[in-house]
Amino acid sequence: MLGRSLREVSAALKQGQITPTELCQKCLSLIKKTKFLNAYITVSEEVALKQAEESEKRYKNGQSLGDLDGIPIAVKDNFSTSGIETTCASNMLKGYIPPYNATVVQKLLDQGALLMGKTNLDEFAMGSGSTDGVFGPVKNPWSYSKQYREKRKQNPHSENEDSDWLITGGSSGGSAAAVSAFTCYAALGSDTGGSTRNPAAHCGLVGFKPSYGLVSRHGLIPLVNSMDVPGILTRCVDDAAIVLGALAGPDPRDSTTVHEPINKPFMLPSLADVSKLCIGIPKFQFCILTFCYKEYLVPELSSEVQSLWSKAADLFESEGAKVIEVSLPHTSYSIVCYHVLCTSEVASNMARFDGLQYGHRCDIDVSTEAMYAATRREGFNDVVRGRILSGNFFLLKENYENYFVKAQKVRRLIANDFVNAFNSGVDVLLTPTTLSEAVPYLEFIKEDNRTRSAQDDIFTQAVNMAGLPAVSIPVALSNQGLPIGLQFIGRAFCDQQLLTVAKWFEKQVQFPVIQLQELMDDCSAVLENEKLASVSLKQ
Amino acid sequence: MAAPMLRWGCRGRRWAFARVDGGSCHRRGAPTGSTSNQIRGESSVAQQPLHTAQKTRKGEHKWAAVVGLEIHAQISSNSKLFSGSQVRFSAPPNSLVSFFDASLPGTLPVLNRRCVEAAVMTGLALNCHINKKSLFDRKHYFYADLPAGYQITQQRLPIAVNGSLIYGVCAGKKQSQVIPKTVRIKQIQLEQDSGKSLHDNLRSQTLIDLNRAGVGLLEVVLEPDMSCGEEAATAVRELQLILQALGTSQANMAEGQLRVDANISVHHPGEPLGVRTEVKNLNSIRFLAKAIDYEIQRQINELENGGEILNETRSFHHKLGCTMSMRDKEGKQDYRFMPEPNLPPLVLYDATSLPAGADPQQVINIDQIRETLPELPSVTREKLVQQYGMLLEHSFTLLNEVGLLEFFQNVIKETRAEPKKVTSWVLNTFLGYLKQQNLAVSESPVTPSALAELLDLLDSRTISSSAAKQVMDVKNRNPRAINKLIGLVRKATQSRADPVMIKEILEKKLSL
Repeated sequence: MLGRSLREVSAALKQGQITPTELCQKCLSLIKKTKFLNAYITVSEEVALKQAEESEKRYKNGQSLGDLDGIPIAVKDNFSTSGIETTCASNMLKGYIPPYNATVVQKLLDQGALLMGKTNLDEFAMGSGSTDGVFGPVKNPWSYSKQYREKRKQNPHSENEDSDWLITGGSSGGSAAAVSAFTCYAALGSDTGGSTRNPAAHCGLVGFKPSYGLVSRHGLIPLVNSMDVPGILTRCVDDAAIVLGALAGPDPRDSTTVHEPINKPFMLPSLADVSKLCIGIPKFQFCILTFCYKEYLVPELSSEVQSLWSKAADLFESEGAKVIEVSLPHTSYSIVCYHVLCTSEVASNMARFDGLQYGHRCDIDVSTEAMYAATRREGFNDVVRGRILSGNFFLLKENYENYFVKAQKVRRLIANDFVNAFNSGVDVLLTPTTLSEAVPYLEFIKEDNRTRSAQDDIFTQAVNMAGLPAVSIPVALSNQGLPIGLQFIGRAFCDQQLLTVAKWFEKQVQFPVIQLQELMDDCSAVLENEKLASVSLKQ
Repeated sequence: MAAPMLRWGCRGRRWAFARVDGGSCHRRGAPTGSTSNQIRGESSVAQQPLHTAQKTRKGEHKWAAVVGLEIHAQISSNSKLFSGSQVRFSAPPNSLVSFFDASLPGTLPVLNRRCVEAAVMTGLALNCHINKKSLFDRKHYFYADLPAGYQITQQRLPIAVNGSLIYGVCAGKKQSQVIPKTVRIKQIQLEQDSGKSLHDNLRSQTLIDLNRAGVGLLEVVLEPDMSCGEEAATAVRELQLILQALGTSQANMAEGQLRVDANISVHHPGEPLGVRTEVKNLNSIRFLAKAIDYEIQRQINELENGGEILNETRSFHHKLGCTMSMRDKEGKQDYRFMPEPNLPPLVLYDATSLPAGADPQQVINIDQIRETLPELPSVTREKLVQQYGMLLEHSFTLLNEVGLLEFFQNVIKETRAEPKKVTSWVLNTFLGYLKQQNLAVSESPVTPSALAELLDLLDSRTISSSAAKQVMDVKNRNPRAINKLIGLVRKATQSRADPVMIKEILEKKLSL
């Protein structure tokens, strides 16, 4: 049952094959068994069981609230949850219990979903590995998969397995690990530069970033307000569509949500024919910090990813779709531009954490200024403080025009690149999600957060600049037995069309399900009984 | 949610500026919105009334003072600018605080329609150009009663610009002539008010009240077109009357609904403007005039004694009657302005740009607001002059005293006496008595009906003018005045009436 997709388990609940409480307990026990993954910061066991009980009553009375009723979900710990600690993986918010629910959380609860807990992340979502939070790094469940282990055995140089675990990617790595390890059926992440799509790619999941303005940000503790969107992590595209259906729509509490009516429910048709589609293959130029790469084939892009990307394009072409190369000339400036805009907004957004109203407060009481300074020094990690410092520099009167305003102009050019591509007749763009598969933690931390973030966001980040919808779809396993994802980018507010194409693609590639039997010995029975290998991709 | 009273220790000079009596005091450094408004070395200098009333010593250049104002008017609305919390003066501390007002992470601003309408209405009344698109910005500074660490304001593109305010300054030998003056309005911007800090110096702690945090403000920036305290005070009074007539702000200075910062400099006419100082938080019209005149004189004295003027922030000490440097130890602040990313541009429409089929609840139509503009004080005064043949300065007095116009109109309604007589009685006799007794119109023991009756008696020559004045005297509780009346009655009754009884009857009649 745990290996099933959200839609399948929803059907099982409706048919009475399992009760919400049983399902909830199974998930809770798996959460405990996979505690070492560090996916959850807070497990809201009591809340979940109580919600399950209520859900069970509804099912008994034939008053199910819909597809999400009784479905265990997890929420990234930067969404405000009423009565449940919300930390952003930071000392600053340890012990902070919000008095209100984020709109997206409330919507899920209103649909009957069971909140299993709050998932781990990089502190304040600043990172691409889920390694830089105060609660420690998240471990990628694929590190313990049969697929990866077998490949490693073949490798004579394989080192100590226990210290060789892989990162999940980030910053929504906890949410990705939670879904990937079958502890819930869907999870909320947030996506500012790729934070949902990146860990989805590394954990073999569907990671969906909706159009900016389609889903409310109210209650999402901001990183970059003008780029943040709640993201959705699921095991298949249909599941993402179900969750999106529950979340999308205007929110009077978020003035940046759009008022246009959206098609509901978010049902995805099964595309039989892609011959009318036009797939754009971007010819990016990348400029990573000081290193400039002329063409898309940057040294960091692994040959496996490159080859899968070509194969995917060929697949569309062979099925009759038009595949064209498109130029996005300004995306090469995306990372540096993002650096200015992100840090500036961070500097501003973090100003509220002063130790007065909520969160951490130091013991120093010499003066208010001294208290502010010590509180913030103790509360934030180096990454956060570094970004605050940079951001304040860019916002200084003498720098504002040269940095912030210029970056905003570049952002407009980047957004226009996409507009031009779509105006040229392209329906969706196809790119890699990440440069390579997940790397071991020890490898990952060799470089600093800033360098890592710059490299890891390279394919995903420009999308946030333009506010477009994008989804990472797991395609295949690498030679090492690790997932590789590709990204589809759609027109603004054409989220449904994007997911429809993604669903067709998902069906073609038949991505294998993660095999965790060896690891979760007692759970393996559960998992195997469910005929894992056939579950997630087939209708 | 009622945010808890927040307290923390702080010692010594940290709150050195908190010398205002009673522990409550206003912020020092960066108050709500201090958009710099004094234009230097531009052509506007030539337009400035080079009021040279400052004392000039023989053989020395004359000095001219230049005064600009930044006025914060609290918008009269049920809820705050970006949140649903109520707005109420003197509510229990922290009882009107939403999650947004307390800056809980993840909360977002939602613009209050009423506040936008109030800004448009005020802009129209002040002859401003209303920007059909305006923007919101964040202005950053750390302060205990600014929970988010920034104030949302309109720095780049405010809702209204380029207006003017006409006010009348008294001149002539008896200050009886009104000369109209114009001050240009640079802009009107919407912004959030901050909370209040209550400094307890004894216990070295500060208490924060967030009731005011997030209340909508109109910052009205007046160009430096004024030249003395009186001009500034009169301009502010006129603005106050306009805001009250519009209902966009109660503009009660005592309750902090109207707060004024003044930018002041002096220079020799024909020479570049001098270095300016900013005098903050002037919260009564009288102190405003005093503070400005003091500061002008201080600057002149300073310069004449070879000193220099520092570009600094000063406060007015109303007991000592002088301005003092606030000694902001942080020096010049950089507010690191940034666009507010959570609020889309504020778009307003007029009859021509209104999209067809737009939901009236979702759009604001400037023309529609223009149609609902009430009568403005200048029009009221004009009407008074035309209708009752009174002098313009009389109409100014009638409007300037709270409640006097209504009192006057009620008397007019009930009496047969000529308007000119009524005007004279209300403005001279009645108002004179009030001033003498230090009473507001609403506190007057004389009702409009009583005065009307008195004037009727006067009109029908039943009583003489001096007797009427004595009645007024008595009505205003002048104990000696009744003796005069008793004398008159005894004279009329040829001393046959008992004085005690006369007094009793008179007191009854006069309902004392």
